[in-house]
Amino acid sequence: MARYVLYRLLWLIPTLLAMAVITFLVMHATPGSPLDPVAEGANPLSPEAQKNLAAAYGLDKPLWQQFGIFLGKALQGDFGQSFVYRTRTVTEIMRETFPISLFLGSMALALAIVGGITLGVLAAVYQNRSWDYVSVSVATLGVAVPNFVLAVFFIILFSFVIPLFPTGGWGSPNQWVLPTITLSLAPMGIIARFTRSSMIEVIRSDYVRTARAKGLAERPVILRHVLKNALIPVVTLLGPMFAAVGTGSFFVESIFRVPGMGRFFVLSMTGRDYPMIMAVVLIYGAFLALMNLAVDLLYGALDPRIRY
Amino acid sequence: MALSTPASDTSLPTPGGAAPAALPSTRAVRGSSLYRDAWRRLLRNKLAVAGGVTVILLCLIAIFADFLAPFSYTKPNFGRLNEFPSREFPLGTDQLGRDQLSRIIYGARVSMLVGLGSQIIVLAIGVPIGLISGYVGGRVDLVVTRFVDVMYAFPRLLFVILVMSMLGAGLTNIFIAIGLTGWVGISRQTRAQVLSIKEKEFVEGAKSLGAGFWRVVSRHVLPSALTPIVVSVTFGIPEAIFYEAALSFIGVGINPPTPSWGQMVGENQQFLRSYWHLCVFPSIAIAVTMLSFTFFGDGVRDALDPKMK
Repeated sequence: MARYVLYRLLWLIPTLLAMAVITFLVMHATPGSPLDPVAEGANPLSPEAQKNLAAAYGLDKPLWQQFGIFLGKALQGDFGQSFVYRTRTVTEIMRETFPISLFLGSMALALAIVGGITLGVLAAVYQNRSWDYVSVSVATLGVAVPNFVLAVFFIILFSFVIPLFPTGGWGSPNQWVLPTITLSLAPMGIIARFTRSSMIEVIRSDYVRTARAKGLAERPVILRHVLKNALIPVVTLLGPMFAAVGTGSFFVESIFRVPGMGRFFVLSMTGRDYPMIMAVVLIYGAFLALMNLAVDLLYGALDPRIRY
Repeated sequence: MALSTPASDTSLPTPGGAAPAALPSTRAVRGSSLYRDAWRRLLRNKLAVAGGVTVILLCLIAIFADFLAPFSYTKPNFGRLNEFPSREFPLGTDQLGRDQLSRIIYGARVSMLVGLGSQIIVLAIGVPIGLISGYVGGRVDLVVTRFVDVMYAFPRLLFVILVMSMLGAGLTNIFIAIGLTGWVGISRQTRAQVLSIKEKEFVEGAKSLGAGFWRVVSRHVLPSALTPIVVSVTFGIPEAIFYEAALSFIGVGINPPTPSWGQMVGENQQFLRSYWHLCVFPSIAIAVTMLSFTFFGDGVRDALDPKMK
């Protein structure tokens, strides 16, 4: 067990390193430079100013050296100064925005798990009846329709037509509702669909028939015998779902004006904010990998048949 | 490692959006071919048929946009800015006075082109790599698999946005970005299929009869690996459409004035309160397209693999 965890954690190092190299190469190998003017058609900086700026940010050094410097500093938690927000360091921005994204993501994930399992159970218990159709429709809607499209519909429905919630912002819990729901629908759909199929499989199994045959009521059969076993494979979904919530929040955050990491991410990409891009990709990749590891361990704990 | 997590939601054995109508009743019939059976099962699935018909309609709209669109999609009309839907402009006009209906009709072109075209690229890269890595095995396989693992660890949307912001907006670059990231899944699936097939007797038989690498691969291995590839392509299409819409929403996708639904939503999302029509109609277009492809894809998967039901 400990060996397995150690192995996975060690494997994280080359993975992140490879991600860093790929990102670094993509950034530097493509035409254009962060010294180019941001506005279209604007006059470029004078060659002298460009040279000075490049020297100040270390962009004049050979690529391998730049990468080495980045790596050395990143290991100490220093991702450098943002190119776009020149007065602030990347670490500072991350420390401020990451918790907000994490909070939004956790709420969405919690809602997705509760809602998704409920929908999936309803669909499986009432297979091929109206509840099934309702829950499968909601699930498909969540999976298929991009969340920025859902956001538009939600704002119109719940802010304009029925003015229940504000259109954006991040101060009061009232403002949390719409972004959370929007962000949760995609993972909720994934969970609901998976729970449904997993439940249906278990319902057909012999021990469920036995449970029914010994006269157990339907509720304990479903809740204690079926659901408990059907949920084990659902746990494996949590990994990819962190990804869905993480990337989904870029759009949700920008539409609902949530001051999280997502908005900075898009701005940093289009503004060629090299230090910021590297930080976002690596933090995100590491977070995802750790969550996947946690999910695998949880899976092993839930299913005694799994051994590492 | 004893475990592997499902890599993306498309590869999950989820039951379909509901294809209760498609019961695996024809499974026992061994005489008719897999694909004829699958076709019959597909036709019995109402949602899948509805999705398929909508997809065909969307393709027709994209092809015949020049004849269908009542106005030009680029020409501004500064006398008629931000008009709400009327008889003359059924979906209203945008900030430059351009007819929304025409722009949405032309927007179908971008979506369909990206959806279908990118899958050709994805296939062209992913299938050969998966094939070679699975068939040749050994060190080649190890290197490829490790690389694929790294690519998998990469959050895909992040990578696509990264590539696009570096290359700049434009249709060709969208193809490049989606192609560069999309082949991973399909190559993994091809490899898995090849691994399970290459030890089978019929492949060995073909080899012992003197069939060369290409013959074995093209006549025996590939046809058997086709089913998961087809399924993964049917889900790859809406995925690609989503990426285009998302990229254009952010502003790194399609270059204006070419209309794209995602771009229309992104540009007008801030005027939602005053001019709801600018955002709602392209949103509906995206939603309908994505749902149609998903229903169709679910149907295809259930039809090809009734065991998953």
